[in-house]
Amino acid sequence: MSKLKYALFTGCTAKQSTPELLSSTLAVADKLGIEITILEEASCCGASHLQDFDEFLAHVLNARNICYAEKLGLTMITICNTCQLNSAMTKHALDTDPELKARVNEKLAEVGLEYKGTSEIKHFLYCLIDEYGLDKIKDKVTVPLSHLNIAPFYGCHNIRPSELHHSSNGGENPYVPTSLDQLIDALEGHPVDYDHKNKCCGFHVELQANHTSEVLAGNALVDAIDNNADMVVTPCPLCHLKMDTYQDDVGKVIGRDVELPVLHMPQMVALALGCTEKEIGLNFHVQKATQLYTEVS
Amino acid sequence: MSSDTRKVTLKAFRFNAETDYLPYYKQYEMEVGKDELILDLLNRIKWEHDGSFSYRRSCRHGICGACGIKVNGKPVLACKQNAIELLDLFNNELVFEPQSKKRVVKDMIIDKKDFWDKHAAVKPYVEREVPAHPEHETKMSIEQFNKFLDSDLCIQCGSCHYACPAVEVNSEYFGPAALTAAYRFTIDPRDEAGKERLGMTAEMGAGAWDCVKCYECAEACPKEINPIEKITKLHNMQFEQGVAQSNVATRHAEGFVRSIKKHGFLDEADIVLYSEGYLGMYKHMKTALKMLKAGKIHWNDALPFVDNVPKSKNLDEIQKLIEISMTNKL
Repeated sequence: MSKLKYALFTGCTAKQSTPELLSSTLAVADKLGIEITILEEASCCGASHLQDFDEFLAHVLNARNICYAEKLGLTMITICNTCQLNSAMTKHALDTDPELKARVNEKLAEVGLEYKGTSEIKHFLYCLIDEYGLDKIKDKVTVPLSHLNIAPFYGCHNIRPSELHHSSNGGENPYVPTSLDQLIDALEGHPVDYDHKNKCCGFHVELQANHTSEVLAGNALVDAIDNNADMVVTPCPLCHLKMDTYQDDVGKVIGRDVELPVLHMPQMVALALGCTEKEIGLNFHVQKATQLYTEVS
Repeated sequence: MSSDTRKVTLKAFRFNAETDYLPYYKQYEMEVGKDELILDLLNRIKWEHDGSFSYRRSCRHGICGACGIKVNGKPVLACKQNAIELLDLFNNELVFEPQSKKRVVKDMIIDKKDFWDKHAAVKPYVEREVPAHPEHETKMSIEQFNKFLDSDLCIQCGSCHYACPAVEVNSEYFGPAALTAAYRFTIDPRDEAGKERLGMTAEMGAGAWDCVKCYECAEACPKEINPIEKITKLHNMQFEQGVAQSNVATRHAEGFVRSIKKHGFLDEADIVLYSEGYLGMYKHMKTALKMLKAGKIHWNDALPFVDNVPKSKNLDEIQKLIEISMTNKL
C-alpha cells in the first residue's frame, strides 16, 4: 500500500482548549506512517451556530476550507464530528446544487479561489478503519488496553444524517454504530455496550439551554458508569468538552456522583501504540485521566 | 411460503396502563416474506398469536401517520417499512416498541397529547383576511411553492417528535414537527401571521434555539422532510425579519462572525463572554478555573487586550469573504 496522505482540518478546539487532540492525532499518524499536512489557511466551520445566523456565509467559508485541500489534491480529514458534518454539508449542497455552487464560487473568485468538488471529506476515525485498516493497527499495538472497559461515545455529527455520511463513514448504522467498538477491540480493550452510545451529549445548547445540556450529558455518562466503564472514548472534541469539563455540574443536575475520564479517539489509539505521555496529553483533562497512562506504562 | 422467507424471532413491548404494573417483552416466531411490511408483522402478531395486541393503523398508504413505532430504536412508519430491510440492518433481531415508552396507553399505542398541543400552538394553517367572494384565487410562484413543498408532506406521525432528546428533557420545547409546521406556514406567501408565528419560534425554552442539533429528527422522518434543516431556516428568518431577540443564543450565533473575522478561528473564551455578557460570566467561573488548571485555557484568554488565539493563514481572504457574503445582522 502506498503511503496515506491527508490534509488535516484541525477545527478550532484542537488549536485551543483540546491541544491533546492535535498532539495525539499527529503522534498516531506518525506511528502509523500516515502523512499529514495541516490546513493552516482553514477557518472555523461555523459549528452549526454560524449556520443559524447566516447559512450562505457558512457555505462560503467552508467551501474556502475545502478549496485548500483540493489545491493539495488530498482528502480533507477532520478530527471533530461537527467540523465533519458542516464541511460535508457544504460539499453536499454545492455538489448537488449548481446554482448555489456558482453563487459561492462568485464570492470565492474575489479571493482567487474556486471550489471544484474534487476532495473527499472524511473523519480520521474512518480513515484509520477503512483506509489504514484495523488489522494493521492491531499489528502495531504495543500496549494492549486489555485491562480497560471502554465506553464508545459516537457523537451525533459523524453518524447522522446517515444519508450524508454514508459515503465517508463506511455505511455506519446510526442506530447500531460499530466503528469505535471495532477500534477498541483492535486495541484489545473491552467495548462497553450501553444505550447512550449514539445519543446526543448536549454540547451545542450548553449556553442557551443549560439544563437540557446537563441532563443529556449526564444520562450518557451515568449509563456508561452503570455498565462498568473505566473510561469513555469519543471521536468528537465537543462531546469531550461537554462530558469532561462539566462533569461536576452534570452530576449535580442528575443527582449522581460522576467521575469518568473521557478520552479523544486518537488519545486511546496513541495509548495503545505506545506514544509518549506528552503526546497523549492526558494532563489537559479536567476529570483526572493521567492514571490511564501510568497504569499501562 | 417460498424460499424467500426468513424465520425470525420478534420481540414486542407489551403494557396495558390500566391493568399492568410493569411492561414486559413477548417473543413471537414467524416466517417473514420479502414483501412484508412491519405493519404486516404487527397484524400477524394480532391475528395469529395474540388478539389483545394493540397498535394504531388506518390508511396503509403512508399518509395517515397513525402507525409510527420504533423498531430497535429506529422510528418507522409500519406501513411503509419493509421488514427484510430492517432484518438486514439489525442482524435478524427485531424489537418492536412504541414511539415513547413513558406515554404508552397500550402496547404500541401512545398518548400523543403533547405532540398535538404543540402542533396546534404554532398555528399550523394559513391565516389571512379574505373577502367572502374573492374575484380570483391567491397565486404564488413555483419558486415560492417549492420553499415549503417538502415540509407540506408532513403527516404528523410523531416519528421526529419522539426521537428528539430535547422534547424528552424540556417539556416546553415545540419539537421538530411543530417547528417544521411553523416554518411551512411562515414561508407561505399567502400567510399573514408570519411575524407572530416566527416570534414564537424565537422564544427561549419553547422555540428553535432549544434544538440540540442531534439530527435524530432528520434520521427519523419517514417522509424525508429533514426537520432540522427547517429549524436552521427558522433561525435565519428570525434574523432576516428582525424578529430575533438579543439573547445568549442569538449573540452566540452572531458572535461566530465576530470571532472568525478577527482570527479565522473561533475565540472560545470570547464567544462565551460575548454571548453571556460580563454579568453572565459568573456562571462559568468555576468551569473556567478548572479549565485553567488543566491548561485548557490560559489566564489571559478572556482579557480584551490580550490575543492568544491562533490565526488562520491568509486571514485577509476570510475577512473579505465575510464582508462580501454576509446577508444577516443582529
